[in-house]
Amino acid sequence: MWGILRQKVGGATCLSPQGVGSHMLRLRPVTSALRNYSSAAKEMTVRDALNSALDEEMAADPNVFVMGEEVGEYQGAYKITKGLLDKYGPERVVDTPITEAGFAGIGVGSAYHGLRPVIEFMTFNFSMQAIDHIINSAAKSNYMSAGQINVPIVFRGPNGPAAGVGAQHSQCYAAWYGSVPGLKVLVPYSSEDARGLLKAAIRDPDPVVFLENELLYGESFPVSAEALDSSFCLPIGKAKIEREGKDITITAFSKMVGYALKAAEILKKEGISAEVINLRSIRPLDRATINVSVRKTNRLLTVEEGFPQHGVGAEICASVVEDSFGYLDAPVERIAGADVPTPYAANLERMAFPQIEDIVRAAKRACYRSGTMVATA
Amino acid sequence: MSMLQWLTRTRTGGGNFIKKIICSNLTLCPNQATASSSFPSLLSNSRNRKGANFAFGYSYSCSSTYAAYFSARHYSSMKAGEQILSEEDEDESTLEENQGTDFPGGQIAYTTKMNFLPGSSEKRVQCYRVLDEDGYPMQSNVSELVSKEVALKVYSGMVTLNTMDKYFYEAQRQGRLSFYLTSFGEEAINLASAAALSSDDVVLAQYREPGVLLWRGFTVQDFANQCFGNNAGHGKGRQMPIHYGSKNLNFITISSPLTTQLPQAVGIAYSLKMDKKDSCVVAFFGDGSASEGDFHAALNFAAVMDAPVVFICRNNGWAISTPVTQQFRSDGIVVKGQGYGIPSIRVDGNDALAVYNVVRSARQIAISEQRPILIEAMTYRVSHHSTSDDSTKYRSVDEIEHWKTVHSPITRLRKWVERKGWWGNKEESKLHFEATKQVKQAIDEAEKEEKPPLRDMFTDVYYELPSNLMEQETMLRETIQRHPKDFPKDMPL
Repeated sequence: MWGILRQKVGGATCLSPQGVGSHMLRLRPVTSALRNYSSAAKEMTVRDALNSALDEEMAADPNVFVMGEEVGEYQGAYKITKGLLDKYGPERVVDTPITEAGFAGIGVGSAYHGLRPVIEFMTFNFSMQAIDHIINSAAKSNYMSAGQINVPIVFRGPNGPAAGVGAQHSQCYAAWYGSVPGLKVLVPYSSEDARGLLKAAIRDPDPVVFLENELLYGESFPVSAEALDSSFCLPIGKAKIEREGKDITITAFSKMVGYALKAAEILKKEGISAEVINLRSIRPLDRATINVSVRKTNRLLTVEEGFPQHGVGAEICASVVEDSFGYLDAPVERIAGADVPTPYAANLERMAFPQIEDIVRAAKRACYRSGTMVATA
Repeated sequence: MSMLQWLTRTRTGGGNFIKKIICSNLTLCPNQATASSSFPSLLSNSRNRKGANFAFGYSYSCSSTYAAYFSARHYSSMKAGEQILSEEDEDESTLEENQGTDFPGGQIAYTTKMNFLPGSSEKRVQCYRVLDEDGYPMQSNVSELVSKEVALKVYSGMVTLNTMDKYFYEAQRQGRLSFYLTSFGEEAINLASAAALSSDDVVLAQYREPGVLLWRGFTVQDFANQCFGNNAGHGKGRQMPIHYGSKNLNFITISSPLTTQLPQAVGIAYSLKMDKKDSCVVAFFGDGSASEGDFHAALNFAAVMDAPVVFICRNNGWAISTPVTQQFRSDGIVVKGQGYGIPSIRVDGNDALAVYNVVRSARQIAISEQRPILIEAMTYRVSHHSTSDDSTKYRSVDEIEHWKTVHSPITRLRKWVERKGWWGNKEESKLHFEATKQVKQAIDEAEKEEKPPLRDMFTDVYYELPSNLMEQETMLRETIQRHPKDFPKDMPL
């Protein structure tokens, strides 16, 4: 059915992310709960959401092309680019030799000249081999060239841990890329996030780092009819309140949003009403939404899978302390992955990343309900 | 003793030792049948190393002559330089031997002779040149190569570049500029290559090619404005000196990390391919840059993607203090093209006419056949690496002087245009006078110009100014208003 919808609205001109964003805001103010649509019936996996977003953007703009290892004939290492080679041909779905530095550099070069590449890293762990191009060729070019060369490129791929893939396949790069001016960093959670944010990223004139999650690819989420429209776009830099609450604010992104929501259910049974914020965007960080929420609940808990030092939670904590110190009734709680390269053994891996119980305990600590003040409790 | 043990050697130990022998001895050493007795101690050391390293025939060359090389090791089955191709084999082998197999990638025939391809060939790849050292044509049809107009524009550009370099360098020494990098000795590559291109060809340079911008219309004043980071330049004071760029002139802004411009060039060529334009991309880089990973990725990719890129290497013998003998073991850069399936040529980089001819031809091939070409322009870095370097610390003043005078590309071209009757002393004096005046004026003007306003610190980070940066700018202006004594008085707001 959504295929038919797509064809019907295929002719619609694409609105700019800002334009669509404000359109979205007029319909649904950021602080309201966005989950229930009267017309929602369709479910879609994150994988299909990304695939459909790529497909629609490639159909709408002939300058958009996909490049990466195994994206063509193999249909994508995680099948995100399935069917695109057959539909658009090898000029627009480019299988590359194994050189991240090479194809990232080539992508940036093509963007300098007006193409809109979507570069896939098999995992962002491999983007390390291309990070110079992401930072020094993409992020800084518009600034250093005094506005002459903008780089409308998207770097996308799975980020953070999967399951049993060890240290060199499990690091979360949200904090690393989030610290670089000139980049935009997006972290979708649901299928709607995936569609709306990827489409916004591709249309954006700036370089975007798009951090997906391997384990979320197969998860299904309900999608509204609006989200299925080919002109659908989510604003970059706006977080989403996934669940309203009044006792504590929990910020999370990517897979941890799901964990935070489950933790919120458990907390509700214990009389704690948690507000869960899906960040959606690491850079720009939606400090306004976070601060408004903390001023309402007076307590903050940040959740991420990445390493704790210099992490996303550290930035959020600093921002809230700077802007809303007087509103905090408890120290900010920060949950992150263990400060170790990810171990492989299943039991060790489980203990290296936040679990739902960790979120619950931390929330209770912040509400002075745990009986101990120690953060490791 | 097994073949493997016999082949073991230490690379670094042997390499440096041999290099010392060669670099102090500029004569040619032909093949030696066995390893010389002067380093048995190295060999015995190396046999103790764990694991076998295959070591093939090395040739070393000294940067200052290109003439000396030394073949380090030989094996009973082959001498360095021997062609390993199957021509001989086909005569001797039987029908069974010669049947190939269709491996993925194509048919490959078999042989019973175990031959290792040598690391490098006995003779170095020759250099294409048109004019000899004294500017005399080496062939009869040289006149048809280039028109008077183009030749004189190239010559004037070379002199202007040389003059600009001289005074901008001085300005840095006087403390008026923070940094500068000259192109002394490489003026022919700069101007002659630019002359061979069309203005639609997109150029990605490394940093020693400002002559290309000069040819295309970037004025000396523009160069000065960029170096001084003032408001009159188009750079908004964002970049350190010599990091020029001009979208209008199809010259991508210089980027400091080396060699990143090569894969970017391939990307731009890909874009041009999709547009089906009659233009190509030209990417410049130095001999040292070719060691970066990006070099390999770019060349490999360009070949696979049939990208119309002309890669031009300025092999000037030095990468700051690292001579080419320490940079690679191959016969320069030209031979590397074949490793990627790219047609390559070596040219005398100090011969403006040769450079012009080669780049023009390469461009034709790249565009008509839609494939990459590699050009290695041999030259010498008369300059110090930059104003942060004093190269007399690692090379002799005599060597620099020799290349500056005997091999000067400017002198060579001047002799040719003078003999053609296109140029004389009067024109020469006038050119030098005008260029000097222009450069000095540009420096003075650029220095006096206002610096960029505060707003330019925040713009262009993103395509549109985001709210957080607007906030920061507001806060900064408030702070400046409240504490004016903490900020410089003449800072434009």
